[in-house]
Amino acid sequence: MTFFKKNGLKLLLLFIALAVPWVVPSRYVFQILINCCLFAIGTLSLNLILGFTGQASLAHAGFFGIGAYGVALLTKAGVSFWIALPVSALLAAAIGVGVGLPTLRTRGSYFAISTLCMGVIIEIVAGNWVSLTGGQTGVVGIPTPSPIVLPGIGEIAFATQTAQYYLVLAFLLFTLAFMHRLVYSLKGLGYMAVRNNEVLADAVGQNTFAVKLQAFVIANFFVGLAGGIYASLLGSISPSVASINITFNFLVYLLLGGVATLAGPVIGAFAIPVLMEYLQALQQYSMIIFGVLLILVIIYFPRGFMGGLTSLWNRIKGPSPGKG
Amino acid sequence: MDLFLQQVFNGIMLGSTYAIVALGLTLVFGILNIPNFAHGHLYMLGAYICFTLMTRLEVGFWTALIVSTLALGVIGVVVERLVYRPLKDQPHINSFISAIGALMILENGVMAIWGPQGQRIPNPYPEPLEILGIVMTQQRLLLIGVTVTLILLLQLFIKKTTLGSTIEAVAQDSEGAALVGINVNRVSSLTFAISTAMAATAACMIAPIFIITPSMGALLGMKAFIICILGGLGSIPGAIVGGVILGLMEALGGGYISAAYKDVYAFGALILILAVKPTGLFGRKEA
Repeated sequence: MTFFKKNGLKLLLLFIALAVPWVVPSRYVFQILINCCLFAIGTLSLNLILGFTGQASLAHAGFFGIGAYGVALLTKAGVSFWIALPVSALLAAAIGVGVGLPTLRTRGSYFAISTLCMGVIIEIVAGNWVSLTGGQTGVVGIPTPSPIVLPGIGEIAFATQTAQYYLVLAFLLFTLAFMHRLVYSLKGLGYMAVRNNEVLADAVGQNTFAVKLQAFVIANFFVGLAGGIYASLLGSISPSVASINITFNFLVYLLLGGVATLAGPVIGAFAIPVLMEYLQALQQYSMIIFGVLLILVIIYFPRGFMGGLTSLWNRIKGPSPGKG
Repeated sequence: MDLFLQQVFNGIMLGSTYAIVALGLTLVFGILNIPNFAHGHLYMLGAYICFTLMTRLEVGFWTALIVSTLALGVIGVVVERLVYRPLKDQPHINSFISAIGALMILENGVMAIWGPQGQRIPNPYPEPLEILGIVMTQQRLLLIGVTVTLILLLQLFIKKTTLGSTIEAVAQDSEGAALVGINVNRVSSLTFAISTAMAATAACMIAPIFIITPSMGALLGMKAFIICILGGLGSIPGAIVGGVILGLMEALGGGYISAAYKDVYAFGALILILAVKPTGLFGRKEA
């Protein structure tokens, strides 16, 4: 029973997530929810490098794009999705090593600027390397994930939205579980030590460069994964998958949801796109509203929705320190 | 040879714009420690104000330039007050994120008002000139002239006037400056006003040569950052030299190697330099 008491909320959320295909009102909304799962993976990975390690990587969409192009080109060349996906995510991670080695030597705004430059380079290359990427028109006709054959049971196909939803949900849960294990481990403490005080972390024996590189590469692996699935489910991509606006979207989801928490990025990645759908009239001004929110949040609630919730919870519970 | 000279001229013209925009950025980034990532977007706004004044209100080019410069000076003060000052004592990265908020507002605000398509400002001095086989227009020569004048004026202001020297004092030690009775907040506003006003002047000068679009600020802002890092933060000569080098690099690279990748050179150069020297070419130790 204690298991249910402790994890009741999580189980409830999981149950709701699993029940979504039966309650979703339309195909359109369903598609948005599928995309939200992928954005959540991207935001969680940005959270690892920005929220937990304190390094603002603004090349995030670039790696999303690398994953997307990797899967798009490999599956079009006839490689199975289930091989193309890990290969593309590993490619994003490997390029992450190449980018991280020079850029992680810099700090603070310098790191943000140099990764931003890197992100722009990736987008420009995607738009101009016509023979490989198809230039500005991008890649079309990307096959959906190939079915998984289970001997004796049948096969799981990914042609329907429901199947695609469970696919992305599974990846989201995997990412969440991985991040949970990582940030609450000794390694995670090392990341946070680097974020809180890099000089001090160095002094107590953390190899801060290695720690940052590790976080950066893991973050790029996961965002590459999200990009790969995105390309396969969408069917066509263009260089805009690597555009700076995607990075900004991740950043908005992360900061509004709550930086350096695990629930925050997921809440942000679901709540904001869904809210924007319900505010269709404001669609044209969405980026302006995001901009205003970003400034207000960073000034008044630097820890976002989850941070605000936590402090509210603590205030309700009174001065006695609550568990967790 | 003609192609070479032509590209060098184009490079210098481009570089002088970069220099002046980077100069404004280096003032706020190097001196006030504010990574004003929305600098390029304020530059873009300056071009749009000039465009509106010239096409809707049909004022002359120079009037439009002056009004736009003054307007951006005021907007700069407002931006500093609302976006950056509340985050003064917090880590750099918070100001950086706040700046991203500001640039989203600026870019999309301009897009909502003027539309995403490119606009053209009528060129006030379109007559072509040919010197040593290089084709140039009066506007391009004028651009270089205005840039040089502006840089000289700024230098005189900082070195020769009391008000200007307060900027230098804050740059050296803001607590020390406060102790001797300098209002650091006011200096901060002043520096911001100068910085954005200069960006607006540059934007108005170059707008008749190229098409203006809401997205033109993003790339330029990034390049200005690159120049600041190349030339050393807070260094005025560094920003000028860095700007011209970047302009030449793009013009020559675009002319001889590949025009499609012309923006890649600058970014590539920055990453290379940071790989060798993480604080920039002439960079001071970061705080």
